This record gives sequence, C-alpha cells and structure tokens, in this order.
Amino acid sequence: MSRAEETEAPDTGVPETADTGVPAEKAARPPRANPLWALALFRSELTITLRRWRTLALLGVLALIPILIGIAVRIETSDGGGFGGGRGGEGSGPAFFPQITNNGIFLVFASLAATLPVFLPMVIGVIAGDAIAGEAGSGTLRYLLVAPAGRTRLLLAKFTTTMAFCLIATLVVALSSLVTGALLFPLGDVTLISGITVSFEEALLRALGVAALVALSLVGIATVGLFISTLTNSGIAAMATTVGLVITAQILDTIPQLHAIHPYLFPHFWLSFADLLREPVYWDELVKNLGLQGLYVAVFGSAAWARFTAKDITA
Amino acid sequence: MTTQNEGEPVEQRSTEGDDAAVETRGLTKRYRGGQLAVDALELSVPRGSVFGFLGPNGSGKTTTIRMLMGLIEPTSGRARLLGEPMPRAARSVLPRVGALIEGPALYPFLTGRDNLLRYDAADPTADPRTRAPRVAAALDRVGLAAAAGKKARAYSLGMKQRLGLAAALLQPRELLVLDEPTNGLDPQGMREIRALVRELAEEGTTVFLSSHLLDEIEQVCTHAAVMAQGRLIAQGTVAELAAGSRGRLAVTTPDPVDAVRVLKEHGVTDLVVLDERVSGELPLPGAAVDDPPLELADLNAALVRAGVRVRAFGAERASLEDAFVALTGEGFDVAG
Ligand SMILES: Nc1ncnc2c1ncn2[C@@H]1O[C@H](COP(=O)(O)OP(=O)(O)OP(=O)(O)O)[C@@H](O)[C@H]1O
Ligand SMILES: [Mg+2]
Repeated sequence: MSRAEETEAPDTGVPETADTGVPAEKAARPPRANPLWALALFRSELTITLRRWRTLALLGVLALIPILIGIAVRIETSDGGGFGGGRGGEGSGPAFFPQITNNGIFLVFASLAATLPVFLPMVIGVIAGDAIAGEAGSGTLRYLLVAPAGRTRLLLAKFTTTMAFCLIATLVVALSSLVTGALLFPLGDVTLISGITVSFEEALLRALGVAALVALSLVGIATVGLFISTLTNSGIAAMATTVGLVITAQILDTIPQLHAIHPYLFPHFWLSFADLLREPVYWDELVKNLGLQGLYVAVFGSAAWARFTAKDITA
Repeated sequence: MTTQNEGEPVEQRSTEGDDAAVETRGLTKRYRGGQLAVDALELSVPRGSVFGFLGPNGSGKTTTIRMLMGLIEPTSGRARLLGEPMPRAARSVLPRVGALIEGPALYPFLTGRDNLLRYDAADPTADPRTRAPRVAAALDRVGLAAAAGKKARAYSLGMKQRLGLAAALLQPRELLVLDEPTNGLDPQGMREIRALVRELAEEGTTVFLSSHLLDEIEQVCTHAAVMAQGRLIAQGTVAELAAGSRGRLAVTTPDPVDAVRVLKEHGVTDLVVLDERVSGELPLPGAAVDDPPLELADLNAALVRAGVRVRAFGAERASLEDAFVALTGEGFDVAG
C-alpha cells in the first residue's frame, strides 16, 4: 500500500518555496490580492464536505446511535428493575450504562464511550481518507492546484476541515445523547465516579469537556488518514486503509504480549476521558492522551506535507 | 540577472523568454515506469498567438501541459510561463493562466454554478465580492447559463467540457492552456468554442491549444508545433508548416490517360487517377525538370494544346494534415 517512496522529485521541487525576492525575477504581479481572500478555500472546503450526502448520512448514523442506546436502556429498565446497580461502572459491562436510568446526562458519556472505539474513528477515517485521494481520483485536485490553491494551503484547508469534522462528529453524538437523555430519563445533580455529587450545571460543563476530549482523541487518526490520503489516487483505498488501521490498532491494544507498544497506539488512552468525571480530576492519562495525539499530528502532518508538496499529480 | 539599460522604464526584458508566453528549455519527463514521455522539448509560444500543439495519442502533449502548470516535476530542463519560472512562481503566474487539462473534472454533487464557485474560491487572488457575477459571466460565455443550476452529475459530456472551459475563464487571463478543448462537443459546440478561442485571442489572450484535430488547428491557430514520441519535430507559423509540404494538383477530365501523360512530361509526380479525376504532386519550385517555376496557367494550356478536355483544374492548398503526415512519417499511429 505504501507508495511513499515513489517521490521522485528532488526537494527543490516543493512548489511553495517562498518568494526569494530576486529583483530581476519580478514581472507583472497579479492584481493585489487581499490576504483574507485566501480563507475562502477553508470555507469552501468545510461547506463542500458538509454538503455531501455521504457526510450527512454518516452524521445521521452517529446521531442515531445515542437514540438507539437510550431506547434500549429505557426498554430494559421499564419493568422497574435497575440496570445492574453499582455506580462504579468500571470493569463490568459498558461504561456509564447503569447510571443512565437515574440521570439522562449519563447517556452522553455512555454514547461517547460506545462510539469512540469504532464508529467515530471510522467516520473520521472516511472523511480524512477521502480528503486528498478523492479529489485526486476525480481529477478535481489538478484544477484546485492550477487555480492555484497552493499545495500547502490546500493541505492546510483539508487538515483544518478534518479537524473541524472531528469536533462536529463528536458534538452530533453528544447533542443527540443529551436530547435523548433529557426526553427519556430524569435529569438532576450528578454523582461522579469518585462518589462526589455535583450540580447539573457543572455536570453539563464536564460533559462539554468530555466532548472536547473525545474530539481531540480523534485528531491522531484524522491526521494519519490525511497522510494516507496523499499516498493514493483512490479515495476508497485511502478510506479502507484508514479504517483498517483503526481496527488493527484496537486489536493490537488488547493483546497483552504487546504491552510495550501500547502507550504508542493512538487509541490506547482514548477512554481516559472518564477521568474528567472524577473529583479531583485524574490528569495523568488525559495529558498522555493529548500528548500522544499531538505526536501523531506532528509526525503524520509533516509526512503528509512532505509527500503532498512533492507529489506528481497525474490524475 | 541585472538590467544594463539604466534610463529605461521599469519594464524588464532582460531574460530571453520574457516576451514568450510559454518557453521551455530541454524540458524532459521520464515517468516512474521509465517511460520517456517528453524528451528535451524546446518550445516557444509567442505572446498573442493561438498556438496549436499537435501530436498523435501518447506523444506527450498532456505531460508537457502538466509540467507547464506545475502539476508534475520535470525530470530535467525548465519551463517559463509568462516569463516566470515554473513551478517556482506558480503562485504569481497561475492566477493569470486558465487551464483545461485532460478533460474537465467536476464535483458531481454540486451544481454547475457551485462547481465554479468552488474553483474560484481556490484562487487566493480572486475577489469574493465579484465572485458571483464572474461565475455568471463565465457560464454565459460557454453557453451554460440555462443549465447553471443543474447538478454536474446530470451534465452531458459536452456540457461538462463547457463547464471546464468556464472554469478557465473565471478571471481575465493572459494565457489559456487548453488540452483538447473540443473533445466531446457536437459540431455546433466545436464551432462555438473555436469562435470563443478567436474572440479571446482578439482580446489579447495567448491561447495554447493541444489537439489532434488537424483542421481545428488549421482553422484557429496562428502557430503550431508538432510532437511525436515525446519529441518536438516542428514548430512555426501554421503557414510555414503547411508550406513545408507541396500542394497537389487536381484535374477533372474525360481524357485521364492523355492528362496523365502531359502532366508527367511537365514534372508532376505521384499521379493518381480516380475515374475522371487526375491528381498529382506539383514539383517543388526550382526542383522542376525545366528550371523556371511551373506556372499553373501554362500547365493548363499544355493540357488543352494536347487535346485534353479539361472540366476542372486547380491546385489544392497543402494542408496541415499533409505536413503532419510528412513530419510524423507513419501518420497517426500511437507509438508504444
Ligand atoms: N502517469 C503516467 N505514468 C506513466 N506513464 C505515463 C503517465 N501518463 C502518461 N504516460 C505515458 O507518457 C506518454 C505521453 O502521454 P501523454 O498523456 O502526455 O500523451 P498525449 O500526447 O496527451 O496523448 P493524447 O492525445 O492521447 O491525450 C505516453 O506514452 C503515456 O503512456
Ligand atoms: Mg492528452
């Protein structure tokens, strides 16, 4: 799959080298461009992503999951019995499920915990994998580049959009669960994992923090997907590879013999967002998660840039 | 490079390629598979010309255009667009260049208008305040105003081609690079596009047009270059190129046998008889049997003197096609 080595252009070939200002080089300059005009590409990128039926369908599925979980829990507990009892929720059964019947806001945490391992990264993988490869495959990439979008700027626009999409996808899950939770279950003060009770308002704030953490947990795989997207001219291949990578990493993360590499797998600290629901908050793994995601962004972001700015666009 | 002419106005013509819209020096591309697609190309497209870029399939036209537009990196050699080096000056040059490369590419889920808005947004020098009117004008120019609200997936091949052209016309351009622009168009559409090209040329836009339709090049181009197997085998004005091959003489007569005899005596070669029509190649001036150049009127008189009844008589102007076949040898076969 890896075609990274095919780069044949020398590094002088980076088309975006800043103007060196050699005086004899100047000729008729294009009409004065307002630097703000360059931002149009970012807006265009985001609207074009959100206007596709595929994107809307994926977001629709994400919105549906909390509704299904909520209804299932409601039916399961409608005969009066509880959902297993214990308030810890760690180790036994899906996280946060037992608390949902008492407080609808737990549907937010339960849904995020349920979608983060597979659904969310899959959706991100589709969007990120298709970002460059899809345009290359359909040929629109060459017209963007001769517009000229500029390779660095285009990649940056794609990156920004993918990151924004991580947030949008997470917020869709969070909002759908909050609304479903409010409709199906009582709301009120929240007993945290550590046993301390906080007001509903503070719980809402923490839910927002959890959503932000989940979105940030996805930026690693999103950047990897973008890098893969620069390697091929087939959007489908890039999406499939990215999604395959998510699943592989998740499997590797469960194999105890491989514990030495676990701290470097992007999903390893994903569920650490639950630590935000403790009082005091356990920062250790949260910080490790953010650091790891940052590392993935730096490494694969640079790789994507190096690859994309030197790539021959032949499709 | 510094200019010697101190008192002169700011305009700089110091580099040789400055007045050429496209200039390449030893431009070469070898693809990863080892295929030598373009071989030491020396192209010079004068500003203001309509330049036809001819060549059989696989001769390297699109590869050249991709290098000119900075999409692929030349293996060696260099290219200048509007006097500036590519791909280094892409950011300042490309806003002044419109391009249609190997057919249009569209977002099928967007309308024609939204496709153009999208491409225009990709150009950092495009003023968002004038975007909508510019898009409307471009659509109008290619005759797509009525279909602007239709999804591009529902466009016909010719409509897509027109939309691709519209994208190249979103801004006033100094240079238009069009790779087979009439591909997929109906005869009426072809005529419209040719008219459009002429119109743009009159406005001062240099048009670089690749095609394998010889009569198309002949109809609209002032200059042409011929490629074969990645090499440039000729370039110049269309008239110069066509003059390179000799014209043919055609005589319609009920006495073809006598006509052939007389014409042969006067140095006409390659005689072909088709029913009542005799055609042959006129001798090159100076290379004739009798040294004074052959005057067509004399030839006609000679035929009549010999008792040949001439129904029609005329020289067919040498076409670019003749020149092309003469240059590429085998004509139009794809070279492996
Ligand atoms: N991406 C590629 N990788 C390898 N070889 C290629 C690639 N693209 C083109 N070629 C080869 O380079 C040569 C020139 O191709 P090119 O597309 O430039 O021809 P062309 O003159 O545009 O032909 P046509 O009239 O069919 O459009 C051909 O032999 C082709 O097989
Ligand atoms: Mg071609």
